[in-house]
Amino acid sequence: MKPIQTKKDYQNYVEQKSPNSPIIKNCFNAFWVGGLICSIGQIIFNYCKYRGMDIQISNTIVSIILIGLSAFLTGLNLFNRIGKFAGAGSLVPITGFANSVVSPAMEYKSEGYVMGVGGKMFTVAGPVLVFGISASIVVGILYLIFNTQSITLV
Amino acid sequence: MQKIGKQTVKFDTPPTILQTASIVGPKEADGPLASYFDQCLEDEFWGEKSWEKAESKIIKETVNMAIAKSGIPSEQIDYCFAGDLLNQCISSSFGLRELNIPFFGIFGACSTFVEALCMASIFLEGGAASYALCAASSHFCSAEKQFRFPLELGNQRPPTSQWTVTGSGAAIVAKNGMGPYITHITPGKIVDMGIKDANNMGAAMAPAALDTLISHFKDTGRSPSYYDAILTGDLGHVGKEILIEMAETKGYNIKSNYNDCGVLIFDKEKQDTHSGRKWLCLLWNCIFWISI
Repeated sequence: MKPIQTKKDYQNYVEQKSPNSPIIKNCFNAFWVGGLICSIGQIIFNYCKYRGMDIQISNTIVSIILIGLSAFLTGLNLFNRIGKFAGAGSLVPITGFANSVVSPAMEYKSEGYVMGVGGKMFTVAGPVLVFGISASIVVGILYLIFNTQSITLV
Repeated sequence: MQKIGKQTVKFDTPPTILQTASIVGPKEADGPLASYFDQCLEDEFWGEKSWEKAESKIIKETVNMAIAKSGIPSEQIDYCFAGDLLNQCISSSFGLRELNIPFFGIFGACSTFVEALCMASIFLEGGAASYALCAASSHFCSAEKQFRFPLELGNQRPPTSQWTVTGSGAAIVAKNGMGPYITHITPGKIVDMGIKDANNMGAAMAPAALDTLISHFKDTGRSPSYYDAILTGDLGHVGKEILIEMAETKGYNIKSNYNDCGVLIFDKEKQDTHSGRKWLCLLWNCIFWISI
């Protein structure tokens, strides 16, 4: 091995020395767990429709049940194990979002309900909310400008 | 006491590490070093309501244990040097508030314990103290909470990430004694090679460890083979390998007597740590030579 002179050399060297995450295994697990969560959502949705509810109410019920389930599993210290196994598979569906709100709430409960739970609850989910809402406003404005039909609706 | 070379202090009457104590959490108790710890805890809370309080209790009990084991009454201990990973060194300052020993709160992250030993040695050698107390603590849960994500968050740790030790170590250092002695200290420089991955701290710290080691060898005129053991604190598996290889390119062979405490404390095969970890105790940017 040649002596390392520059920062760039060192970064390349470290890159090559550091073990990579097992991407194929992670992708496979994320795929089937993510698919399973979505299938559960679909089953709930179909059942709601079967019981005669309309699409909007069925959608809401699916979200409520998945969020509730994810929050409950987080409280039981089980969701982090699922997340460790499935990665994005459990993080990308709405279950991951629920987990990212409930976990700091639990973590900071020791600092009190107002400044702890209230103040820190969105430390993980905060960026998603800020940029999600911001993006939706930008898209809304663009839609308003470029879709003449919408102007007549307004 | 005199400065030799560029950055090393040599002690004329080397201070002695009189007595040590350690308390660790359940994961460390499962590791290969379990039998060397004075006390192993069964859970991370130790009857407290928060991890921060548990960490305070761990350092408090460790210090009390070190004092009790040494047989030196706490009134005779002149100064206390302690630190931890949390903001404002909150674990050590709350943990040691009832100790009634003048307190230096220090922060050196992974090198805190050795930093404490260095400062205590200078105090003892300079005649400002006869006995000094050095301590450091860390707690996996409180450290994750402060630096990374909530524990319940369902994310994946990359293979290079490290696992913070739950535990505390304390030592009573005396001006006179029969050893083990602290004969030299070589405080290290900050060496930043531009590693931005917070989950690969071993690679980020290895260049500083190398720089300190080489400075120590140059200042003292010794070679690596002079030592029975060269230890770094928490480079982990990746950092350890990098350090050995980089030392070789600079003409120092440390392969046979070098090890890393982060590698030693957990068993990579049996325990789920995702590589090494980081522990408060022991040295990475300071080296000292203990002769028995």
